[in-house]
Amino acid sequence: MAEALSEYLWPSVAYLVTGVVHALLLLGLVAVGTVIFIWMERKIAGRIQDRLGPTRVGGKFGWLQTVADGLKLATKEDTMPRDADPILFKLAPYIGLCASYATFIVLPFATGWAAVSSSISIFLIIAILGLEVFSVILAGYASGSKWSLFGGMREAAQVVSYEVPLGLCVLVPVMIAGTMDLNAIGEMQRGWFTNWLVFHDPFTFIVFWVYLTCATASVNRAPFDLAEAESELVAGFHTEYSGVRWSVFFMAEYNSMLLVSMLASILFLGGWHGPLPVFDWAGIAYESAASPFSWGGFLANVFGIANLILKGFLGVAVMMWVRWTLPRLRIDQVMRTCLKYCTPIACFCFLGAAIWCWAFPGGVLLKPAPFAGVRETDEMIFTLSAEATDGVANSSGEEADAGEAATGEVAASEQGEPAAQQPNSVDSNATPEPAALAGGEQ
Amino acid sequence: MEGVNWHSFYFLLFGMTACVFAVAVVLTGSIVRMAFYLTLCLGATAGLFFLAGAGFVGAMQLLIYVGGTLVLLIFGVMLTAQGPFVSMKTRAGEWVVGGVVGAMLLGLLLQAAFRVDDWMGPDPGVASAAMEKTPPGELGIRLLGKPGDNEQAVGFESGYLLPFEIVSVHLLVVLIGSAYLARTKRRRRATDAAEAEES
Repeated sequence: MAEALSEYLWPSVAYLVTGVVHALLLLGLVAVGTVIFIWMERKIAGRIQDRLGPTRVGGKFGWLQTVADGLKLATKEDTMPRDADPILFKLAPYIGLCASYATFIVLPFATGWAAVSSSISIFLIIAILGLEVFSVILAGYASGSKWSLFGGMREAAQVVSYEVPLGLCVLVPVMIAGTMDLNAIGEMQRGWFTNWLVFHDPFTFIVFWVYLTCATASVNRAPFDLAEAESELVAGFHTEYSGVRWSVFFMAEYNSMLLVSMLASILFLGGWHGPLPVFDWAGIAYESAASPFSWGGFLANVFGIANLILKGFLGVAVMMWVRWTLPRLRIDQVMRTCLKYCTPIACFCFLGAAIWCWAFPGGVLLKPAPFAGVRETDEMIFTLSAEATDGVANSSGEEADAGEAATGEVAASEQGEPAAQQPNSVDSNATPEPAALAGGEQ
Repeated sequence: MEGVNWHSFYFLLFGMTACVFAVAVVLTGSIVRMAFYLTLCLGATAGLFFLAGAGFVGAMQLLIYVGGTLVLLIFGVMLTAQGPFVSMKTRAGEWVVGGVVGAMLLGLLLQAAFRVDDWMGPDPGVASAAMEKTPPGELGIRLLGKPGDNEQAVGFESGYLLPFEIVSVHLLVVLIGSAYLARTKRRRRATDAAEAEES
């Protein structure tokens, strides 16, 4: 877009305009998403508890309830306890919002459509998402209240430990794809839904559920919401907050819920590709991120965005369903889930997936091998990397992150864009029926 | 408007942020505020890395220093604090020692900086080109013992395999050590309880 605009404007202005448009689009998604999520949360909670949820505000389904809530929050008095640390108390909510919003910078929404395309986008997202914990810890500490302090401490312990299995879960798709570029990972799953990484092998299928658990824990949602735990800690880290500042915490929370669900759908559930490759049959989708502009590709990408956002919303709905179904865990149960179940399962699945990749280089279901280079790796390097995996995966998650993710990239270093990719389904079903067209992008 | 060099603009922005908050870290007394300023300072440094095209280093900076070390720092303060807000008093001697060390480092860096003959203005395309040229996969290959051209020239035959292994073993030792420490403490408490019961 910047290039197109710079024909009419000065380049610097064109870049500025492009940047502002991108930022506003993302902000729109985030803000509207939060409004819808809060309404969804109320409705789902109501239905699960055999109530109706909001019904009056805004007519039929109470769909203006969130707006009414927002107005109420905006008119509330903004209080601060006398014992609080004023600077940190005021800044804490915004840190979380900034962190969870900033991750959207590198998240691709469709083929080649990311605000900033980076070859290490998944790594960046994990790194930035880790900063979100600051807002909770600082809020807990700066409030000068024991409830808040306890909430903050629980959150710190929980998030720091859940980063390890989360990183290990993310490593599995990274290893299979041979790249940390989310765009390439998403493109790899083009075609039928059997190409989705969750169906790549049994290990990725298990890892997907572990990822979902860890993601729920890392965004501090029930049953892992010990940091708020209203039955024991009043409201945990946000006990002392009111009004707009309180709502900023929740914007950040819903925002990162959307983010981790979209990440799950890119890593495991085909990202912006529908279950049926409708636009590949029609032959109008972009071949890769480097394809020249075409209106068909544009249309396919718009549907791709709709696809990704829909999957993200479904993920958030699952999180809400879990929240209103399961009771909250105790802190020792949370720690045990992380250290005794999630981490070993993730390690095991990582090794299993590595062996699977070695045993079935072409994959079983995943037919079109997009990164032809991955399979032609130098044998020496591959065996080396397998050994390194054993040692490092057991010793430390974080170190493993650096080492292995980079290792998996060995083959992708030639960075052939997925050129060897053919829509494998063309032969089986050459003419898309209208029904398939309609159903495909659902 | 034509001549706005966004690269320089962001460089100055990140640089100023890093400097201002670095000074704030030194001047403030409260440890948690200090950690918070350090977060901003290190975050701005990560921004400088991104600007220089070293995205991997920048992400590492965020993950390890900002997301890891500082969280643990605040966590430690929260666990050990006696009063509501911990503050640190610096004695005069510490100021002197700190000042001397800081001045020495500054002198070293200034000398190195002034030794550069000719500073080239930033080229806006450089950063993205650098990103393209060195994908992080290269790093992994070096870590597994395949030397790059530069390392071969200086006789660094095995790449970074040895340092990588040393760091891995070191981390393993630290992990086992911490597990051992935690375990002995619990066992002693158990024996204490047993003794108390016997007596």
